[in-house]
Parts: sequence; C-alpha cells; structure tokens
Amino acid sequence: MSQAAEQVRVGKLSDIDPLGSRRLNINGLEIALFRLSDDEVLAVENRCPHKGGLLSEGMVCGPVVHCPLHDWRIDLRSGEALDPDKGCIETFDTLVAEDGTIFLTLNTAAEGSGSAESDSHIA
Amino acid sequence: MTNKRKKLVLVGNGMAGVRTIEHLLKLAPDMYDITIFGAEPHPNYNRIMLSSVLAGGASMEEIVINDLDWYRDNRITLHLGQAITRIDSETRRVYAEGGIEEEYDELILATGSNAFILPIPGADKEGVIGFRDIKDCQAMQEASRTHKKAAVIGGGLLGLEAARGLLNLGMDVTVIHINEYLMERQLDRPASIMLQKELENQGMKFLLKKQTEAVLGKQRAKGLLFKDGSMLEADLVVMAVGIRPNVALAQRSGLVVERGIVVDDHMRTNLPGVYAVGECAQHRGIAYGLVAPLYEQGAVLAKNLAGVPVEGYAGSVTSTKLKVSGVDVFSGGVFVEPEGARALSYQDEIEGVYKKLVVLNDRLIGAVLFGETSEGASLFAMIKSGESIAGREKELLLGLSADALSSGGGGGSAARLESMPADEIVCGCNGVSKGDIVQAIDGGCNSLGQIKGCTKASASCGGCKPLVEGLLQLYAGDAAVTVKEGICGCTTHSRDEIVAEIKRMGLKTVKEVMNVLEWNNDEGCSKCRPSLNYYLGMLWPAEYKDEKESRFTNERYHANIQKDGTYSVIPRIYGGVTSPTELKRIAEVAEKFDVPLVKFTGGQRLDLLGVKKEDLPGVWEALDMPSGHGYGKSLRTVKTCVGSTFCRFGTQDAMGMGVRLEKAFERMSAPAKVKLAVSGCPRNCAEATVKDFGVVAVDGGWELHVGGNAGIHVRATDLLGFVKTDDEVEQWASAFLQYYRENATWNERTAPWVERVGLEHIKEVLSDEEERKALQARLRDTLDQTVDPWKEIVSEPELRKNFEHLPVAQLVSTPGEQSGQDNSAGMDGQKKEESA
Ligand code: SRM
Ligand SMILES: Cc1cc2nc3c(=O)[nH]c(=O)nc-3n(C[C@H](O)[C@H](O)[C@H](O)COP(=O)(O)OP(=O)(O)OC[C@H]3O[C@@H](n4cnc5c(N)ncnc54)[C@H](O)[C@@H]3O)c2cc1C
Ligand code: SF4
Ligand code: FES
Repeated sequence: MSQAAEQVRVGKLSDIDPLGSRRLNINGLEIALFRLSDDEVLAVENRCPHKGGLLSEGMVCGPVVHCPLHDWRIDLRSGEALDPDKGCIETFDTLVAEDGTIFLTLNTAAEGSGSAESDSHIA
Repeated sequence: MTNKRKKLVLVGNGMAGVRTIEHLLKLAPDMYDITIFGAEPHPNYNRIMLSSVLAGGASMEEIVINDLDWYRDNRITLHLGQAITRIDSETRRVYAEGGIEEEYDELILATGSNAFILPIPGADKEGVIGFRDIKDCQAMQEASRTHKKAAVIGGGLLGLEAARGLLNLGMDVTVIHINEYLMERQLDRPASIMLQKELENQGMKFLLKKQTEAVLGKQRAKGLLFKDGSMLEADLVVMAVGIRPNVALAQRSGLVVERGIVVDDHMRTNLPGVYAVGECAQHRGIAYGLVAPLYEQGAVLAKNLAGVPVEGYAGSVTSTKLKVSGVDVFSGGVFVEPEGARALSYQDEIEGVYKKLVVLNDRLIGAVLFGETSEGASLFAMIKSGESIAGREKELLLGLSADALSSGGGGGSAARLESMPADEIVCGCNGVSKGDIVQAIDGGCNSLGQIKGCTKASASCGGCKPLVEGLLQLYAGDAAVTVKEGICGCTTHSRDEIVAEIKRMGLKTVKEVMNVLEWNNDEGCSKCRPSLNYYLGMLWPAEYKDEKESRFTNERYHANIQKDGTYSVIPRIYGGVTSPTELKRIAEVAEKFDVPLVKFTGGQRLDLLGVKKEDLPGVWEALDMPSGHGYGKSLRTVKTCVGSTFCRFGTQDAMGMGVRLEKAFERMSAPAKVKLAVSGCPRNCAEATVKDFGVVAVDGGWELHVGGNAGIHVRATDLLGFVKTDDEVEQWASAFLQYYRENATWNERTAPWVERVGLEHIKEVLSDEEERKALQARLRDTLDQTVDPWKEIVSEPELRKNFEHLPVAQLVSTPGEQSGQDNSAGMDGQKKEESA
C-alpha cells in the first residue's frame, strides 16, 4: 500500500464556479475545493477550526475564505485562521492540468489509501 | 515531565484569577502545574458583558474569554462546578464540594463577590434575584417570557444596566433608588438629572428616595412594599444594591478578613503561600469592584509568582462608563470637589452635554462627562499621570478634540503616554495593556484597524480609541496611517460616496468598483462585497447581473445554513393563509426527504429544518411553491390577522390586503430584511406596529406605520399617515420601500434608517404624489426583472451542480509512478504554488 502521498483526479476546473467551491469525500474526510479569481484551485479540509462550519459554503475573497457560521477568515494556502483568531486546518496540494483536470495530493500514509483506491482505481 | 514543577491552585475561575494565570503563563510557562476550581459550570467568561447579553447585544458564546481548549492547550487542570469548601493550610490542601482534593505549593483565592441581597422579609421568594452571573442573566430572560413587571432595586451602574436589559426584553421596568439621584457614587447632581431624563425617555420608570421594606407575594414575588407604606406591583425583583466580597471560605480557613481578604502590596495574605486577588481581596482598605484595578493586581501577583521583581501594587484610581443604555456617561477619579479643590463645569441642555473637571493643585483629580464621552479615556489618563494642567484648564473643559489631547499639547500628552507602564490596561473591555499594543505596533500594525484586528483593543466599547491612536502616533511615528473609516477595512469611502461614484461613472461590476475606487484589498471582504452587489443591483436593475459569489451563503444557496451545515427551507405562504392541499404537499415532501424537523415560524409559515444541501433542489421541486426568502435581505413575511373575513371586530379585509402586498413585493431585495404586517383593527393582532411597514385597519381606511422592529432593539413604528383605499396602501408602501432601498446603507434596517434620516424628512418626500408614483414605478421596474430563485435553480443544471458533491475521486498515481499515469492530459500543466 502507499506509504506517502498519492494523487487523485477530482473533476474539472469548469465544475467549480469562479470564486465558488465544491465538496468531495475521500476516505471519510470531507474536502472543499475552491476556485480563486485567477483560476487557481486550492483544497482544504472542509471544517472551520472554530466550530466546524463548512468552509465550502463561505465567501471567497482572494486566497481567503470567510466561514459562513461566524465569519472567521481562513487562509486557504496555509490553512491558518487569520488574526485575531487562532486555529489551523489541513491543506492539500493541487494541480490543474492544461485540459482543466484537477489533481489532488493526499498527504497521509496511514489513512490515505483505502477507499479511494478500491472505489476507483481505474488507471 | 519533571516532577519538579510546583503546584499552583486557583480557587475561582473568574476574571481576575484567570487573568493572573494568563499573565503568569506568558512570564513562566513551565514553572507550575496549574489547577483551577470554579464554582460556576462555565469556562472563564467576561462578566462585564453580561449587561450586553441581557440587552441582547451579545450571545453567551461570545462572552467566553478562554474556551475549554485554552485550558487544555495550556495543560491546566480545570474542575468546573466544583466550589472549594475547605483549605487546610497545614497540609496545604484544598477540598471541593464534589469530593475532589488537591495539594498546593501556592494558592490563589479569587472568589470574587456575591450580589448583596437586602435582608428584608420576602427576599427569599421566587423571582427575587441579583445580577452577577450567567445564571442570573438566564433567570431574567426566562422571567421576561412569562412575566411583565420588573422592579430593579438600586439605581447604580449595575441596576441601570439590568433595567435597560429588561426593557429590551419587553418588560415594564421600575427602578427603585434610596438616594435622590441616580448613580450618586459616580455622578454629580446635574449629570444625574440629565441621565434620569434620558432614561425616562427610553421608557424606564423611577421611584427615588424610596426604601424597600418587604417583598410581597406567596411563593413568587408579587410586589414591593416601601417604608412610606406605598406599594409597587412586580413579578421580577432584581436587587442591585451592591456587592459583598465572597470571603466565607477565607474566613473559615484562618485568613485575616475584614471587608475582603486582607492582602499586602504583593497580594499576599497572612498565610504562607496563599494569595488573594480580585474583588474578594482588600488592599490598603479598599476592595475594588471594577476590572481595571483587578487586572493591575493580577499583573503584580503573576510577576511575584514568576519570580520577576516587581514594585508592588499601590492601589488604583477608577473610572466607569455606563454601557448599553445608549446614553454616554463617563466618570473617573474624584468627582465631588474636596476641600481646596476647584470644579469647572459646562452644561448644554439643548445638546444634552455636561462636563465637569475637578482640579486640585493644578492637577486633574476627577471628571464627569455626560452626552459626549470621547475624551474620557484621555482625561482619565491625565488623572492617573498626575501631570500639571496649569493654564490648560479651559482648553480641556471646552472640548479639545480627542486627537488634540493626545498629540497636541506639546510634549505633555506624548510624555504621559510614554511614561505609562507597559502593563497598564488601555482597553478595559478586552484587557489589552499598553505593552500588548506597543508589541503589535512593533510587529507591523500601523493603523487603528490593524491594532484592533490583532489585539482586540478598542473593539468593544471604543472608549480607549483616542489612547490607542495616541500610542500609534507615538510608537509607529511616520509609519502610522490615519485612515478615514470607510464602509469596511478595504476602503476609506463612505456609502454615499460609493453610490455617487457608481452613478457618476456608470460602474457595472463589483470588481470595477473596487478597482476604480482603489480598494486596498483587491478582492474585498465579506462586508463590502455584498454591499457593492446590493448597490449595483439597486442602481441598475435591468443591466446588473447579480454576483452570487458576493452574497452570503444563505443568499447564494437560497436557504438558511444551520450549525451542522444542513439548510432550512421556508416556502412562501402568502399572508400566512394556506390550504389543506398545500399542507398535505408540504407534509409529503417532509416525509419523502426525511426532514428532521418541521416547525411553524414566528412569521406565520412552515419551516423544514435540517435539509441536506444536496436535497435542496429536490425539495423545492417537490414543494412547487415559491421561495419564502426567509434567508435574504429581502421581503420576508407579511403577517396578517383574520380581519373582517371572520373576526367580529374586523373593519377591513386584513388577509386580502396582506396577500396583495406580499404578492406585490415578493422577491424584493433591500438593504436589510423587510417585514410587513396587516391588522384588521386597532387591537393589532398581527403586531403591525413593530414591522418595517405596518398597516392597521380603522373604520373607513388604513393607518400606515413605518420603521418598527421587534428584534435586537425593539422599536415601535412611527405613524406615516392615513389612507382610504387599498390602492393607496400599495402606493404608499411601494414609495416608502423604494425610498428606503435607494437611500439606506446596506445592512441598515428601516428602524435605524428612519431614526437617522428622520420621519419628517420621509413624510415630506412621500407627500408629493408625483414623487410617490415615480418611486412606485421604479420599484415595479425592479421587481419585474426578478424570478423565483428556486425555480431557476431547479431547471438549470449549471446552477444545480453546486448543490452536489463532486463524484468520488479517482486514484491516478502514487509518488514513484507520478509520470506513469495515462488518462489525463499533460501533467506539465501549471504547477500550483505549494503552500508553505
Ligand atoms: C425561523 C425563524 C425562527 C422561528 O422558528 O420562528 C427565524 C430564524 C432566524 N432568525 Fe429571526 N427568525 C424568525 C422570525 C423572526 C422575527 C419575528 C417575525 O418576523 O415576526 C424577528 C423579530 C422581528 C423583526 O425582525 O423585527 C426576528 C429577528 C431576527 C433578528 C434581529 C433582527 C433585528 O433587526 O434586530 C436576527 C439577526 C439578524 O437579522 O441579523 C434574526 C436572524 C435569524 C436567523 C436567520 C439567524 C441566522 O442568521 O442564521 C435564524 C435562522 C434560523 C435558521 O437556521 O433557519 N432574526 N426573527 C423565524 C422565521 C420567520 C419567517 O417565517 O420568515
Ligand atoms: C452585570 C455586570 C456588569 C459589570 N460591568 C462592569 C464594567 O462595565 N466595568 C468593570 O470594570 N467592571 C464591571 N463589572 C464588575 C466585574 O465583572 C468584576 O469586577 C470582575 O468580574 C471581578 O473579577 P473577580 O475575578 O474578582 O470575580 P469573578 O469574576 O466574580 O470571579 C469569581 C469566580 O469565583 C468563583 N468562586 C467563588 N467562590 C468559589 C469557591 N469557593 N470555589 C470555586 N470557585 C469559587 C465564582 O463562581 C466566580 O466564577 C460588572 C459586573 C457585573 C455583574
Ligand atoms: S431562531 Fe432567531 S432567536 Fe432563535 S436562536 Fe436562531 S437567531 Fe436566535
Ligand atoms: S465555525 Fe467557522 S467561524 Fe465559527
């Protein structure tokens, strides 16, 4: 089984509206994908460090999303809450291919293999 | 890890004790194993803010200072709901009510105070409480739901704040005060009289020079009996006559106790290793009752415990502000001139402003401000610094602007700020010291907004703003940016400037506005983006394409987000009138989609709560009803009563009128939500006089009411006028709403807007029939462009996709075989910047 990062294909750029977001589940983890104004795609764990608000539902301003529940601001690159709040969530590396296919790198060794593989190993 | 750490126990999980621990953790994070016992079942919270919680301005969650994670992160053992009942100073152990015991090397007592309950007959009845903690606050909120008449005994700071809160909760409130003047411990006579007048205008009643003799009633309080034989009906009695240091435990445990636990300048009690801090402590004869001095004590104690040399605590001068009443009152230092002192005062009855300064030997020793208190913090700093104000008295009295005080005056005030010790608290609400602010400035903060953002200084009551600005000038020097406050941190432009510029230059997108008006934050924030989106839509109804990415979640997904990420769905039920068929359909949909909760809303319709996001389009499709817009800054409900259709008192068809108005205005976006109601007679069962636009039928016509609000601050409507026909009702309502749409600030409801621009002004505009018709036509044009959002989403896959999860991911490679994947176009596409 994989011991380090593995890469998964998660749809196309056109699946996400500009400044919008989509959710997806991998191995029981919910991930939010965001499309920034310059078409960069960033991925984070879909859980606000404050009280678990779904960040995918928040407003995107630059590389920052405002949590829909209490307006904490989370930096989508670092996963850190911006001042004056404190907290951090997991981020995932992404890659957008020329044809717009989005690839996502899952970081973990321990829990990162399982279902993604069995569900969908088509290559 | 090592067992070398000393054991520190804190009794009392309140403001002073935990503040001391916070300070200690900064100075010596690894020196102690810390255990905290708190009698209340809550983590450390901001007691000061209870007044705001009661008045509806803050929630219980918002006032928590340190949540449970904080204790965990700092490896503090916390025992909640565990009052310490015994201290054994021989074996150095404390014992809690619930059986837990703990050993200590150092022990801090920070047990605070108790509300003083007058020892009069009946004081133990149900419905008699103090105002001290969350429990009291909840009891008052609870009582306001079932009872009507409240009596607050005590016309001091606490009593008036309690009374204001109870007014907001809709109770009829009388304040009983033994003295002839309110807040006599902080205010002199003229200020006190001005305060009373203002509070009376707000609906508060007063019984002065009254001594309460007994609480009447059987099990629950029913009223009060006064010494002069008179009585007052009351089913809630709040005693706010003072506090008593909570010293029972100390007394029992062999500590020296007078009014409070006696401590020296280092907060030491008579027992070795035992300290006291906060309201329970008595220092040089004084037990304080405000946080600023308690924080100073805490700073001294923390240094002691950390082994940092410290001079000792020398006592404090205190200042107070009345919060939450909408009246600005400030009092600091000595406000009644002692022998040999001079008092200078200034009073303007028309503007409602009063100011008094007390000067002794050329030094300012006290001040009272009423009506305009922005100079409070600066004056207070002068009182504390003891600097000479010789020759500047008049200047100070006759109102120097705040920045003249903090930057003008030659070296005087800069010197004062400079000499202020680093741990002196500048922002009392958030406990931010001068040191914290200077550190933030050193760390790169160079505007008030930034300092507010990273320290929370001046983020609550704002009273310390001039001081923070002064510190900024002093320590940031040329780097300091004084920013004119715009609609948010991204711009310095005001609402009116922005709207004028959009019109003048014909700007058509949010992005364009931000570019042209030189936003300092390229993509704006969650405050300006929705505002701009609204202004653009209001100004260009036909051309502007609404930007859903600049709308809040609720308005983007056309449902209300819940705390668990599900949504709630409220279909439109015009005028609250439904039918068996419609009800059956709603019931079927609820069953089909396993909706966890179906509830009648306060707006006379049904709410399906807990709907999964991916089910929303399906639910809407199955309901086949228009959106109720229960989520938007738009028309919400039009409540109606039965009216003349069935009711024996009804004079007009209220339901018919309500349905007509709701059909006329549905889908109307607005600066804030808009609620209407129509009642069939002056009994007003539809509560039209607390709505944005309320219609009350009278014989021969309709009364039109505007600017009501039943939310955070209850405001009854103002009477706009009287009309005879149904068409006129619709015309006036249209004109009023459109005028509001065109002129109010985003997020400003009609109640504050009407107060801001004045009813007379609105009447003047609307009394011109041509103008009314023009406004009505503009609103009609706007509404004609709108479509039902639910129907639109249901039928458009491109919109509908946003409700679905992306399909399950497909694994394409593991690291070693990165290049080996086949089925996608070149991976040499743009490589994304990796996060640090
Ligand atoms: C569903 C409902 C409570 C209920 O179960 O009855 C409700 C639910 C919410 N109200 Fe309300 N309000 C509801 C009737 C009211 C009423 C009563 C009324 O409309 O007759 C009021 C007082 C009347 C008024 O507005 O003047 C009311 C005054 C508020 C306020 C205070 C507004 C103010 O200007 O002071 C807020 C906070 C806000 O808007 O910022 C609020 C905010 C909210 C929010 C949207 C909080 C939020 O942002 O998530 C709640 C959404 C709950 C949810 O998750 O669905 N709700 N809310 C009611 C929906 C009525 C409807 O059919 O549309
Ligand atoms: C409604 C209200 C408004 C106020 N407004 C202001 C204001 O505007 N400005 C201002 O400066 N001050 C204000 N105050 C006063 C301020 O809140 C207090 O001065 C401050 O909270 C005192 O801090 P403390 O730590 O000494 O006591 P507290 O904060 O009361 O903490 C003491 C804690 O110890 C616990 N305790 C007591 N005995 C035991 C025991 N045996 N074992 C375990 N735990 C125990 C108590 O339950 C309590 O939680 C206000 C107070 C109230 C109630
Ligand atoms: S429904 Fe309204 S009153 Fe009830 S908890 Fe939500 S916002 Fe508060
Ligand atoms: S849950 Fe995200 S801000 Fe509160």
